[in-house]
Amino acid sequence: MPPNQALSQEEIVQRIKDRFGNAVTGAGAHGGQSHVVVKREEIIPILTFLKNDRELQFDFLADVTIVDHLYLEVPDLPERFAVVYSLASMGCGHRFRVKAAVPESDPRLDSACALWKAALWGEREAHDMFGIEFTGNPDLRRLLMPADYNGFPLRKDYPLRGRGERESFQQYRRGAD
Amino acid sequence: MGNVLENLNPDSFTKDTVFINSLENLINLTRANSVWPLTFGLACCAIEMMATGASKYDIDRFGSGPFRATPRQADLMIVAGTVTHKMAPRVKRLYDMMPEPKYVLAMGGCVIRGGPYVKYGYHVVKGVDLIVPVDVYVPGCPPRPEALLEGIFKIQKLMMREKIGDRARKSTKPEVYQPA
Ligand code: SF4
Repeated sequence: MPPNQALSQEEIVQRIKDRFGNAVTGAGAHGGQSHVVVKREEIIPILTFLKNDRELQFDFLADVTIVDHLYLEVPDLPERFAVVYSLASMGCGHRFRVKAAVPESDPRLDSACALWKAALWGEREAHDMFGIEFTGNPDLRRLLMPADYNGFPLRKDYPLRGRGERESFQQYRRGAD
Repeated sequence: MGNVLENLNPDSFTKDTVFINSLENLINLTRANSVWPLTFGLACCAIEMMATGASKYDIDRFGSGPFRATPRQADLMIVAGTVTHKMAPRVKRLYDMMPEPKYVLAMGGCVIRGGPYVKYGYHVVKGVDLIVPVDVYVPGCPPRPEALLEGIFKIQKLMMREKIGDRARKSTKPEVYQPA
């Protein structure tokens, strides 16, 4: 098959399953785009394969985001968090999603910074909002919230009305006028 | 101004008070008709602020055209948009960097009291008046350009009341309020 040709979603899933059969715990599709669920120990080898394979060529990381399945029963994803990598290939024109299951008790995942520079900020934001530790990310500070902020606001168990950010805000008043 | 000068008794020029009063008027008149705002677009309200600056509403008619990109040259801070907790220290710092006498115009529901985020926003400061003293509030989500212009007229009225000997009136450091 000549390179730089878009593969169908099924073909991509098949290629990943052929190569990493044991690591893939599930697969699904949504909105015309498939995804695979993989064990988190295997995430970096799989992403490396997706990036470097001659026919896949996923050279662009579109987004790193997280799904919190706190009140959801997802059959092939028993853990609470799923870290979602949205990949795209500029050369071939296909797109794909990879999900890594991350348990609540030990929210850690290897960083993909070495593969795509875009992962630097994507993982910072994911860390900021959901508290997942990306081991190997050289600059895992908060991205959107202030550095002294407590808690992870997009987790499903974060209280809707906040944790007193409104009341505990340090106020300044106009001086004697 | 004209009337003031015509009705003056020439003898009274020797008296300081008359002279100081008219100088004050003159200075206030020039200041109020060249209010230079600090560019401060934080969210959707800033789009309406830009519309106010563009040709249709033409804020230049009232001398407020030059939006300054540095606080050192600005008289007025138009806070337009959502002030997040992360942005709050920066807003305060820019306000502190502006030279006296300075004014703040709070534009939009977000800046006044948190706007759509008033109940459920973990990230929004519920009113910029918690950080800096606000002189004029312009409600709306977003306020129409006419409303912003009206707010600037209010600022101009405040400027006409300035006293020369009182320029540092607002520089008293705001006390830090600790909620009980
Ligand atoms: S008040 Fe409304 S229009 Fe203005 S910044 Fe807030 S949400 Fe946007």
